[in-house]
Amino acid sequence: MSYTAQDNFALTPEILLVLFGCALLFASRRWVLPLLFTGLLCTGAVLWRQYAWLDQNRVADLTAFSGAFTVDRFALFFDALFLATTALVAAVSKPVLRRDFLEYTAMLLFAQCGMFLIGGGADLVTIFLGLELMSLSFYILVGFTREDRRSNEGALKFLILGAFSSGLVAYGFSLLYAIAGSTRLSAIASSLATRDPHDSLLILALATTGAGILFKIAAVPFHMWAPDAYEGAPIPVAAYLSVASTAAAMALLIRLFTGPLAPARAVWEPLLGIVALATLTLGNLAAIAQSNMKRLLGYSSISHAGYLLLGLVAGNRTGIKGISVYLLTYIFMTVGAFTIVLTLKREGASAENVSDLDGLAKSHPWNAFLMLVFLLSLAGLPPTAGFLGKYFVLQALVETGHYALAAAGTLYVIVALYYYFRMVRAMFMMQPSGAVVVESTWSVRVALAVSGALTLAIGLYPEPFLRFAESSVAR
Amino acid sequence: MTEHLLSITLFLPLAGMLLLLLIPNSQTRAIRLWSLAVSLAALAVSLVSLARFSNSASGFQMVERAPWIPTLGVQYALGIDGISLLLMLLTTVICPIAFLASWNVTQKVKAFHALFLLIETATLGVFLSLDGFLFYLFFDLVLIPMYFVIALWGGPKRLYAALKFFLYTLCGSVLMLLGLIGLYFAHIRQFGYPSFEIAELMKLTLPLATQQWIFWALFAGFAIKIPMFPFHTWLPDAHVEAPTAGSVVLAGLLLKLGTYGFLRFSLPLVPHASSDLTIVRILLTLSIIGILYGALVSLMQREWKRLIAYSSVSHMGFCTLGIFALNPIGIAGSVLQQVNHGISTALLFLLAGMMYERRGAREISAYGGVASSMPRFAFIFGVAVFSSAGLPLLNGFVGEFAILQGAFQVGRTWAAFGVVGLVLAAAYLLWLYQRTMLGPITHNENRNLPDLNARETLVLLPLVALAFAIGLYPKPLFDIVQKPVAELVERVHSK
Repeated sequence: MSYTAQDNFALTPEILLVLFGCALLFASRRWVLPLLFTGLLCTGAVLWRQYAWLDQNRVADLTAFSGAFTVDRFALFFDALFLATTALVAAVSKPVLRRDFLEYTAMLLFAQCGMFLIGGGADLVTIFLGLELMSLSFYILVGFTREDRRSNEGALKFLILGAFSSGLVAYGFSLLYAIAGSTRLSAIASSLATRDPHDSLLILALATTGAGILFKIAAVPFHMWAPDAYEGAPIPVAAYLSVASTAAAMALLIRLFTGPLAPARAVWEPLLGIVALATLTLGNLAAIAQSNMKRLLGYSSISHAGYLLLGLVAGNRTGIKGISVYLLTYIFMTVGAFTIVLTLKREGASAENVSDLDGLAKSHPWNAFLMLVFLLSLAGLPPTAGFLGKYFVLQALVETGHYALAAAGTLYVIVALYYYFRMVRAMFMMQPSGAVVVESTWSVRVALAVSGALTLAIGLYPEPFLRFAESSVAR
Repeated sequence: MTEHLLSITLFLPLAGMLLLLLIPNSQTRAIRLWSLAVSLAALAVSLVSLARFSNSASGFQMVERAPWIPTLGVQYALGIDGISLLLMLLTTVICPIAFLASWNVTQKVKAFHALFLLIETATLGVFLSLDGFLFYLFFDLVLIPMYFVIALWGGPKRLYAALKFFLYTLCGSVLMLLGLIGLYFAHIRQFGYPSFEIAELMKLTLPLATQQWIFWALFAGFAIKIPMFPFHTWLPDAHVEAPTAGSVVLAGLLLKLGTYGFLRFSLPLVPHASSDLTIVRILLTLSIIGILYGALVSLMQREWKRLIAYSSVSHMGFCTLGIFALNPIGIAGSVLQQVNHGISTALLFLLAGMMYERRGAREISAYGGVASSMPRFAFIFGVAVFSSAGLPLLNGFVGEFAILQGAFQVGRTWAAFGVVGLVLAAAYLLWLYQRTMLGPITHNENRNLPDLNARETLVLLPLVALAFAIGLYPKPLFDIVQKPVAELVERVHSK
């Protein structure tokens, strides 16, 4: 095996990310953001060229390293999502992280590189590598504010449970290797196609792999780490965790469960249905009682993971497209909502309680309006972007005859609206306390404006975005 | 221009709202005049549609179509038939009146007017949409500004009432969405391409079982909105706590979104389920319970606004009674009753609001003998009461009489219960009038209440005039709805 030009082309985005990540470690603080965005732009340009290459050669994918890594439209779609998330998160991070900003941004890029490997992985080893690179970067990011005890606690919990889940994934992967005799997804697919889906070895492999990945999206019952990690992490990291980590794990779930593991659908579909329902239920009900906005948004991301899983339970084209649309819209509304929280300060420290939003509409009407848009979108109300994601998931469930799950998914919108509107009530109906001030920099404002504009634009004129998401299914 | 009449009507208030945001907060007078002007312009454009409307043409008129989300088969499609024409006119008439009635709002004036303009666009959107997806969008869009209107300008329990209203009605509308998605897939399965358009969905032939679950899903959305018994519990809170203009729009317009939904979606799209004997009986029974229960509860109310709120439950019961009589006279009566209820309830809420501004008391017992200090008020209130109670020569009578005729054709019992409802309505309304207006003045505060001023009279007069006009000569209205109602009935009964 030799390193060919095609291998190089396929892997260029990852290489760029790592190189820029390393360069950032040696940059001066002033140059961090320009350097980071140059890196992201270069990566984006390469992704664009890969996309053009696929179109030009009329092929479904660009395979590299003799099949261990693939660049298809599905991977490129998710890569674009990761890129957008990283850009937004990096833009809003600077005011929060006064120290060690260089290491922080480098970690963002390394995590993103891991996500790229997950998205394009066509081999269990590549995937595991990506998963670990992403997770390790996140362990560090969550505990980044070293002097904060909550941050330490959250990071430690996350690390221990995360390591356990990685172990589960590794075990599951080894079982898949034992069954198929190869770590290539294509080989596993052809081996499983002829196998009885109720074979106990296969079920064990499915369960361990599934549990390990479900941990990453904080699906019930693997969610225990999430609220503490969200509360402890710096706010931009919480947003990054909520969006990018979930998106990467969903990409992997789709890649495995609708690919090589599709023949065993009869086994995993009911299990996944139960997990999705439990995730929705717990996420929504637990969020009601939260007074800390980071925890509230943490539980709400658990409930969003439930909707994403419902899309996978439906598992047809509409469902997968639904997950893509959902994640596409989810990025902007979630990062937006977290960013609004991030701008609130009480005596220099971050103000994170729902009551800290009191009277925001009076003091900062634009911020309050944007937050309203993000919250309506998170709840899934038209005409905001969030409606479309939920709409597709529900559509897929109705299409595949999962009426009960569809009804449950719909009714949880009401519960979600209830707790999101506690924040709306604080912003619009309460009087400002005067102790909370809003601090933002121009990069934060730009990120907010972009997120808000896209959340509305996708909701009002979804066509181009739907086409983009559609391309992810065409593989 | 002429082929975009409906779009202009629909987006005038929205465009007006966006421009309104440019007016500085302090210019309250400019804000008020601008909103009034925008809503009057919308009224003018909708009157042009009325002039161009043909009573004899079948199907939808002035149809506008443009692709919106082609991947989903969703179109921006607008059009009107007689039913939506009347409700569109009701909307464009009520909105300027609501603005004129809000002259005394002094808090957050700009936000208040902006929200009402948004409500106007959303309401018009519901009545004009010919595409299920678009319909759903507007149906939900109404909720957000209304929530803020109640929660920001409402009475003491406003936060609770606003959230209850929002969650309760949203619960219905998301279930309705499931029903629409069901129709959408049935369409893909039968015709191979996606569409949400009503005309396309009407081509479907569905088995009864499918129609039934879709009917109940749609029912959830519409019944909560109307609200039908037993889904009415959000209504009294929302109506009582809302500011005057909010109550007027809520009762006058938003309740009609539900009955309109039955007429536009349930009946034509799932005709067999809608004419299924069990379903019809359940719906008629719920209507009758609503009529009687709403009337009895109204009879026991001590608060002015709460009484009017419960009377809406009763009157909207007549509307659904007429719809599920499933005959031309019943449905035509129901459409008229929707318009009439809009007029008379708007009058009642406006008058209650004007009195509250003067006196600051909501209890009926705080009044009595007001007629001697406010003769003009007492006269108009008398008209409103008689109109709402369904006295002949006033508008309320026409619709209710037609509905009872329709119900009679289905079964005498239904009509008999309906008549009892009418008698009860007369009782609680006249008793309200007697307790507040007649007799000796029992509270000194009522002795020197100023009578209606010129602006207030101007707010009320158009509605009074309409009440008399429709009551004396309802034929034009019947003519407008005759054709679409006949088509609807034919569709429901063709097996």
